[in-house]
Amino acid sequence: MSFISYLVNGISLGSVYAIIALGYTMVYGIAKMLNFAHGDVIMAGAYVVMVAISGAGLPPLAAVLVAVVFCTILGVVIESVAYRPLLNAASSLAVLITAIGVSYLLQNIALLIFGANTKSFSSVVPVPALVLAGGRLTIAGETIVTIFSCIVIMIGLSLFIKKSKAGQAMLAVSEDKGAAQLMGINVNGTIALTFAIGSALAAIAGVLLCSAYPSLNPYTGAMPGIKAFVAAVFGGIGSIPGALIGGILLGIIEIFGKAYISSQMADAIVFGVLIIVLIVKPTGILGKNIQEKV
Amino acid sequence: MTMKKMSKTTKSNMITYLMVIVIFLVVEILVFTGNVSSLLQGLLVPLCAYIILAVSLNLTVGILGELSLGHAGFMCVGAFTSAFFSKCTVDTITASGLRYFLALLIGAAAAGICGILIGIPVLRLKGDYLAIVTLAFGEIIKNIVNILFIGRDSNGFHFSTKDSLSLGLEDGGKVIVNGPQGITGTPKDSTFFIGVVLILVTLFIVLNLIHSRSGRAIMAIRDNRIAAESVGINITKYKLMAFSISASLAGVAGVIYAHNLATLTAQPKNFGYNMSIMILVFVVLGGIGNMRGSIIAAIILTLLPELLRSLSDYRMLIYAVVLIVMMLFNWSPKAIEWRGKYSSKFRRKNKKSTKEAA
Repeated sequence: MSFISYLVNGISLGSVYAIIALGYTMVYGIAKMLNFAHGDVIMAGAYVVMVAISGAGLPPLAAVLVAVVFCTILGVVIESVAYRPLLNAASSLAVLITAIGVSYLLQNIALLIFGANTKSFSSVVPVPALVLAGGRLTIAGETIVTIFSCIVIMIGLSLFIKKSKAGQAMLAVSEDKGAAQLMGINVNGTIALTFAIGSALAAIAGVLLCSAYPSLNPYTGAMPGIKAFVAAVFGGIGSIPGALIGGILLGIIEIFGKAYISSQMADAIVFGVLIIVLIVKPTGILGKNIQEKV
Repeated sequence: MTMKKMSKTTKSNMITYLMVIVIFLVVEILVFTGNVSSLLQGLLVPLCAYIILAVSLNLTVGILGELSLGHAGFMCVGAFTSAFFSKCTVDTITASGLRYFLALLIGAAAAGICGILIGIPVLRLKGDYLAIVTLAFGEIIKNIVNILFIGRDSNGFHFSTKDSLSLGLEDGGKVIVNGPQGITGTPKDSTFFIGVVLILVTLFIVLNLIHSRSGRAIMAIRDNRIAAESVGINITKYKLMAFSISASLAGVAGVIYAHNLATLTAQPKNFGYNMSIMILVFVVLGGIGNMRGSIIAAIILTLLPELLRSLSDYRMLIYAVVLIVMMLFNWSPKAIEWRGKYSSKFRRKNKKSTKEAA
């Protein structure tokens, strides 16, 4: 039974990684940049929920909605102020460093407002735990909600990209910016929309993450952010199903590594598996291999 | 007279060496006249390590053209192997100069070997994939160091990955590497002077490499891999060469760093990806491929938070804003255009005024 419970926990953690990785992978696909500040948007979302519930006394669902709106605006503002001017910069490293700067900025704003102490985050999930197999297997409510939201988000996002005009525009921009502009697509608007969706997803991921692991400090988002980035690369960066597969595999590996091998080595195991995957298949599991020509 | 005979690159290299020496002399004078606070004095040796890290990473990022986010991992290897060596031999080799020299060689060699071992699989990857794998290797190195326990008694060395008790040491045995508690009691042999000498040595190695035949081959690979391959350049060899030299120089920085601390521990702060990113910030802000820029950026960005100390809580906030604004100003196409316009106007004005004066 413990195996199944580890597996379920792994899928749950993996779902959170997948939701974060979606934001990474979409932004990477369209702007070809690693958004290092993505993890800190997660942290911002979690703080907003905490303030909305304990400070403003909003019901949990409304608080989550506030966080989603807040993070969406935050994402669009970051994109237009810090990233857009560098979109056509001579070196792609410039925007990477700016993203690191934004990450420091968000962490330090949170540090100033909320202090360095870890705050306890009360779960916002109203679903009771599910007891199976005569009490030998308990699945927490948070786990159920996390996995369920991941599925809903995946289906919703796939439909959005396949069926809607904006989604098709996103695909076009990620394939060829210049050609998309010639076809009358508003490239800057599409990039902003991508950041908005990614940041909204980050807010949801933040709430789910902090409900499952109820502690919150200004650096909460950094490590999950990096792990989700690993998940995105794992599955093939730029690919949406890849982010799902990468995220869930990563979550399972991490929980199993913690449970069966060594809790101190869990991170090393995750990174080790990533290295092996990339050496065998250098563009990730579902990544496209583009042949370079002279 | 001799300056005229020198080629342009030699001149530029000389300026770089001179800059380091002048900065060293200015700092020494300031310290001597008591104008440097003890806090800043404590930063001088780590600053030397950061400068070497920045210059060596610039070799990977600027000259080889690959983004590495695992530089702190190599520093970690150099730091721990050399601290281990120094602690073991602190009683047998009493001459601190010789011991430090051997520690340097060991740290550089260990990091260099790690660079080759990691480089062989990693350098097959490209761009952001390479970045994330180097980040992963850096984290793994940090993680391994944190679970490593090494003790020594009359029977020799004992290893464990669990805790210091499971080493099974005899009564007189000593724990040398104590897992998360790291290495305590490394002799504090690093001085600012040694640090500056090592910066000069690093610069000498890197600048000479860049202007050698190998260096041109490495830059050819950076500019166009396929074209370089088609003129017969051995891609793997030269990539590996640049990567492992960069790694072993990071190891040297680790040796300086380790021999300046009473207790050496591997934390996210000093050997995690945050550190690698900080070094990358030095490199990019100073100018990719520009060694002098790396040195200046490392100095400014290390001192900035300390100089802003009076602002206490706001200092890192200001640091972040300064970083973003500097990046936008340096790299945004619009800002570059604006700067070009402004500077050409300025130049025209200057010309006019000199004409009028004449």
